Formats: sequence, C-alpha cells, structure tokens
Amino acid sequence: MIAAIVSLTLLGAILGLALGVAARKFAVEGDPLIDEIEAMMPGSNCGQCGQAGCAGAARAIAEGTAPVTSCPPGGKGLAAALAAKLGVTLDLSTVVDEGPKLAQVSEEICIGCCRCLKVCPTDAIVGAAKQIHNVIREACTGCGNCVERCPTEAVAMRPVPVTLQHWVWPKPESTAAA
Amino acid sequence: MSEYLVLLVSTALVNNVVLVRFLGLCPFMGVSKRVDSALGMGLATSFVIVLAAALSWILEHWLLAPLGLGYLRIMTFILVIAAVVQFTEAVLHKMAPNLYQMLGIYLPLIATNCSVLGLPLINMQEGHGFVTTLVYDFGSALGFTLAMVIFAGMRERLALAKVPDTFAGTPIAFVLASLMSLAFMGFSGLNFK
Amino acid sequence: MGLIEKFLHKLATPNWGVHPDDHKRPAADAPLRILPLPARLYVPLQQHVGQPGRPIVLVGQKVLKGELIAEAQGNISAPIHAPTSGTVVAIGEITAPHPSGLPFASIAIEPDGDERAVELPIPADPFALAPAEITRLVAAAGVVGLGGATFPSAVKLALGKRSEVTTLIVNGGECEPYLSCDDRVMRDFAAAVIDGVRLMMHAMGAGKALVGIEDNKPEAIVAMRKAAAPFPEIKIRPVPARYPMGSDRQLIQTLTGKEVPSDCRAADIGVLVNNVSTANAVHRAIRLGEPLIRRIVTLSGGAIWQPGNILAPIGTLVSDLLTFAGLKSEPARLLMGGPMMGAVLPHANVPIVKGTAGILAFNEEEIITPEAGPCIRCGNCTRACPIGLLPLEMAANIRADNLSAAEAFGLSDCIACGCCAYICPSHIPLVQYFTHAKGELSAQSRSRLRNEATKRLARERAERLEREVIEKAAAAAKRKAERAAQKAAAKAAEEVAT
Repeated sequence: MIAAIVSLTLLGAILGLALGVAARKFAVEGDPLIDEIEAMMPGSNCGQCGQAGCAGAARAIAEGTAPVTSCPPGGKGLAAALAAKLGVTLDLSTVVDEGPKLAQVSEEICIGCCRCLKVCPTDAIVGAAKQIHNVIREACTGCGNCVERCPTEAVAMRPVPVTLQHWVWPKPESTAAA
Repeated sequence: MSEYLVLLVSTALVNNVVLVRFLGLCPFMGVSKRVDSALGMGLATSFVIVLAAALSWILEHWLLAPLGLGYLRIMTFILVIAAVVQFTEAVLHKMAPNLYQMLGIYLPLIATNCSVLGLPLINMQEGHGFVTTLVYDFGSALGFTLAMVIFAGMRERLALAKVPDTFAGTPIAFVLASLMSLAFMGFSGLNFK
Repeated sequence: MGLIEKFLHKLATPNWGVHPDDHKRPAADAPLRILPLPARLYVPLQQHVGQPGRPIVLVGQKVLKGELIAEAQGNISAPIHAPTSGTVVAIGEITAPHPSGLPFASIAIEPDGDERAVELPIPADPFALAPAEITRLVAAAGVVGLGGATFPSAVKLALGKRSEVTTLIVNGGECEPYLSCDDRVMRDFAAAVIDGVRLMMHAMGAGKALVGIEDNKPEAIVAMRKAAAPFPEIKIRPVPARYPMGSDRQLIQTLTGKEVPSDCRAADIGVLVNNVSTANAVHRAIRLGEPLIRRIVTLSGGAIWQPGNILAPIGTLVSDLLTFAGLKSEPARLLMGGPMMGAVLPHANVPIVKGTAGILAFNEEEIITPEAGPCIRCGNCTRACPIGLLPLEMAANIRADNLSAAEAFGLSDCIACGCCAYICPSHIPLVQYFTHAKGELSAQSRSRLRNEATKRLARERAERLEREVIEKAAAAAKRKAERAAQKAAAKAAEEVAT
C-alpha cells in the first residue's frame, strides 16, 4: 500500500518536473503562427474586419475565432493563402473580392479640408488645403475611414465596375460532371 | 537480426495496428482528410508510441514488478503516456506551429489513443524483452503512419469523386476503411519460412 | 491507298489532338467578296494584347482612310487607324466581342464614301532598310498577329531580332473547323504573303522560313509553292490536318521536331511563329503603306445563306456582315472565331476586330449539346491533349475548388484548345472549368499583388508619420535653440550696454 502510494507519487513528481523543464525549454514567445499570419496581412490596420488592427485580426484568425476570409483588402488571394497555411477548407464563393467598393471624391462638393487624407491608412488620397482632393484608385483599400470624416459627404464608396480584363468565366453549373 | 525484420514486417503490415487490430481509429478517421496532416499525425503518434512503450517497459520491469504493483499497471502507463503527449505537444507548438494548428484537438487526443496504451499492454502480455518491445512498437507505429497516409491519399481522391448524397462524407470514408482493412488482411498470407 | 501508305500516314499523324469534321467547304471555295462600306464603323481601342490605344481624335473631326486615330501606349500595344475616310461621330462604349457581354471603348466613324487615304511614304527597296526600320514601319501600321492571339507584330519581330531567331515559321495551319480566311489569303494573295514572309525574315534576321499548311488545303499549297519557287530559303511544308495544328507549339514541333519547354517562349529555341495573314498585312504595310484597317472574315454556319470569305473594314458590326451574307434563319448562336476556341457573342451588334477570323452563325440543330454526364475516366481527354496534360484530373480538382492542385497538374500550360471537351464522351465542359480556374487564379494573384502594395503603402505611411514627428521635434528644438541664442545675445548686448 505504502509502496504503491510512494512510487506513484514519486513517478508523478518526476514526470511533472520533466514536463515543467520541457515547458520552460520549449516556451513559445507569442505565437509564431500569429506572427506568420500577421506578416501575410496587408498591415494597413484599416479595421474593416472589425478587429483591432492587423495584429488583432491575425490573433483571431490563428485562434479560429475569425474566418480566414475576414480581411476584405486581402481578398481571395489572402484567404486562399491563409486557408492553405491553417489547413482549413475554404469556400471561395463567399469571399467578396478586391474590395468591391473604392472611395471616390465628388469634385463639386469637396471643400479641400484635408480631413480625409489624414485618416487614410495607405495615403491613397492626395490633396492640399483648399484644393480638391482625389483618390488614387490603385492605392485605395476601400476601408471607408475617409467617408466618416468628410464634413460635406463628398467622399463616397463606389463599386468597382467589372472590366473585360477582370471578368472571370463562371464555373460550370453541372451536377454530375467530372 | 532477421527475426527483428520479420517482427517489423509483421507488426507494420500483417498485424497492422489500425487495419487489423482496429486500434487507434479515432485519428484514423479524424485527421485523414489531407496527406500532410495525416503524415504529421502519424509521425507524432509514432514518437509517442515508441517513447511511451520504452518508458512503460522500464517502469514495469524496474518498478511495478519488483514491488508487486501489477494492479497499478494501467494507471502508471496512462500517467506516462499523458506526460509524453504533453511533451510532444510542447515540442510541436515550438517547432511546427502549422502542424500544431492542423492537428488541433487530435494532438492532445493522442493520450486517449487506444493503440498507444494497447501496445505497451500487449508487450507486457507477450513478455517481450526491451529490444523486442522497441522493434515491435516501432513497427506498429510505422504501420499506423502507413495506414494514415494511404487512407488520407485515398480520401483526397474521394473528395473529388461524385459520391451519392447518402454516402457523402464520413459514411464513404468508413466503406473505404473497411475495404482497406480487407486488403491488409491479405498480408496474413505472407509466409516467412 | 495501299496498306503501307496507310501505315506511313498513320506514322506521320501526330498522336495528340483531335480530327473534327472540318466544314471548310463551301465557304473556302467561294470567291472573296468585298463588303460595301457599312453605315457606321465602331473601331475598338483594344484590339490587341497589351495596353489599349489612346484616342487622339475629337468628336466631329474629319479623318482620312488610314489616319491614326488612337496611338499605342506602353511597350506592348498597337496603334489604331481609321478604316475609311469620314467623320468621328462618337467616342464611347460598345459591347465587346466577348462572352461576358461587357462594353469596351471604341471610336465610331461615319464614312463619307470618298475613301480618301492618307499619303504615306513607301520605301523603294525595303530590303535596303535596317531591320529596325522595318519593325518601326510594322509597328506604325498597327499590325498584330492575325492568327488569333493579336500580339503586336512589331514587338514579336524585335524579340526575334533580339533572341537571334534563325527560323521563321509561318502558320498556315488554320486548323479550326469552318474557318478559311487564311486559306483564302494564301490562294488569292500568295505572292503578297511570300513577300511579307521575306520582309519579316529581314526584320528579325532569320535565315530561313518554313510555311506549314495543313494538307486539307491543296489549292493553297499549290499557290504558295508557285509563289515561293524563286526563293529557296522559303519552304512550303504540308502538315497533316489535325486540330490544333495551328497552335504555335504544335506547329513548331511538327515542322522542326523541337518542343518548346513549358516555361519558355518559342524564341528561346530559335524559332518564331507568324500567321500567313500577318505576313500579308506586313506586306501591305510596307509595300503599299496601308495600315491594318481591314481583314478577311469567314462567314459560315448553318444559318448563313451564302457562306464565304468577306473583306471587311475593322469595326464593321457583325450584323452588317450577316445582312450582307444573308440569313436563312435567325441564328441560334453567334460565334466570333472558330467553333473550338471562338467566343460566343452576346448579340450581333458588336464590331469585328483585327483578330476576327470568322463569324459563325449556327442554327438550332447545330448547337444541340447533350447534358454533361459523370466522368467515366476513359482517358480520352488525356490522349487528345496536345500539351500532354490530364484534363480529367484538373477538372475534378477545379470542381472541388482545389485550384492549387489543378495548377500543380499544369493548368497554366493549357492552351484552351478544346480538344478534351470535344472528345469527352460525357460532354463535360472541361475548357470552361479551365478558363474559370485560370481567371480565378489570376484574380487571386492580382489581389495578392494588391495586398503587397497595400502593405508597402501602410509601411511607408508609418515611416512618414514617424519621420514627421522627428522632424517636428527637431524643428522645435532648433527654434528653441535659436530663441535661446537670441535671448543670450540680447542679454549680452544689454550687459555691454550697461
């Protein structure tokens, strides 16, 4: 009886000690996965995903509380890369691609207050005081920060038209094929 | 030497731990959707199996048997296995975060994998020596990994196939597993003499 | 045909591709007709691979035939010229000859019927000119590859010169069923084609030219042989009629025995392919000073009254062509290009472009397609694929949205020739799977690039803000120091004063 208690206690203590040492030795500072995911994110901290910046989004995605599709500026490319990294299956059809809306300044209403260009995470708005501002389409991520700041509602989010260069053949709708 | 080789082949193929002994079916069905995660699971489980078997042989012969504590065998083995799994988890988290993420809940569940506990118990039952134990468990681990990878490869192809709705998903995977098991029974015809 | 001949024929036939019924006659045998000037021409700005042209005319401006109306922009682009004299009535959008039915920019011209042309200098002896000069003239004439790819020819000639191409392959394959415009060009303008070939050889410094013509065009072979007789460096080579013989990689392999590696261009193995119609256009550009403003278009299909080849100005509406050729019945489907690779047109009010080889109008019976069945893994598609891909595996992966696996099977090498879909006994729309997946993959890579650009911009912004803070602090410190110095100076002055 005593031998059993002593030996098992001893065994437990030894194993516990070994695990404690291992935990110390293999301690993970931060989560390498979160860091890797954060490196893949756009890094503009635009907040479209509803998380606190790209670091917060990376944490949420790594923990599985946010879907891999939650980054609109990253689009399908990022979603596919994240899905491959995390080993989750992904339904690409649910991803709205390339930020379907981009900011556009109505020239007749813009008063040149410079408020919008201060909040743009990618410096996509050019302009100076009392000059009409303009959005560089290539740089706009469609976060909509500028829309909230505009005092005259001159900035609006406009859908990006599909062009011949961007049109994608639909997937064949067949029930039995292949 | 040749007997160890025979032992290796017979544990990996003839008495395949998953497909013939039907041990460790939980990760076999759970983590076999993709070949890379199946391979990772197979290697992690192999590591645990061999390490746990070696440790439990030592404990059995140097602690439990001399003190006459045979009735504590299962409890002791579970303790050892749980510790080894915890250790593996810590190592994987540090070394291969991707794999750690991919294996998810199935990684700590190696602790409850019946092949991991079953193999040391079989070793004790059969009265294997230390080296025989190592070879036996290494062969079984090899067989486990092999079964996992083959099954995952077939499931990857199955994902592309048009399966009747009633069978889609896990049901067809079970059918597949049973067919694989039938195929592995063919190895019992191997004659080493 | 004797047994041995049959065997030899079998040996000569490539082991890839398919052999669809060619349907080339009677359209190929009907003499070439010239389309009377339509009421209005819509000349698109994007008729080639690369950047679209930039319009340089204003609405209301009078233009002459062959006058530049849109200039090339960027490295890969081609200028666009007025197909006839008249007035620019609008610069706007018109439906593109594309299955999406999306619009693209075009210049609408109302012809005045005078056909007054711009006077262009014509070199007396083009072979005395430097090769670069020929290339420049070809570029200025807006010549693009007329075989279907519409790659700007001048860029190709310059590439040929740069990579020291030794052999020019001239593509007279025209393997698509129904189409016979290249056949007609070779029959009617053989001398012009040969002259164009010689000009192109001069421009890229190639020593010899091989003209591959499918053996189902005996008249064209005879005409071309006759025209090429004085030039030993140009050889006419009949090739077996097999689809897709007109694809450059297949023709190169058949004629030279060399295979273009998957990640290389043809120029990397010392050959370059140009179409016979392109050669004709080069001839016209240099010998006659006429830019690429019209082309021969095949009109065929069950709904056409008088199938044949029609010489039409670029920008003619398909509906004008159909009216000219006559319709037996309302077409059930309109195609631009051949039945294997052509684009389904949304309606007939689309303009023809430089790359339009044919307009096919099919009636109801011709377009009956059985419903797609399940893949029976017969492997016919694998045998038919001229590239040697596994269409069934790629399609299965694409169906499961596993695009990276399809890419690993070589999706990017697929030329969308349609052999697999043609041969498939289950009628699976394989090519549609591939075009969908290619589009999806390029959308993904675009969004990846965009993501990277956003990342860079965000980083630069962060750096800028940081820099501004430092600069502000530095400026403040400087001001403070100046003020202190001033104060000290004032104090010193005060002290001196007292």
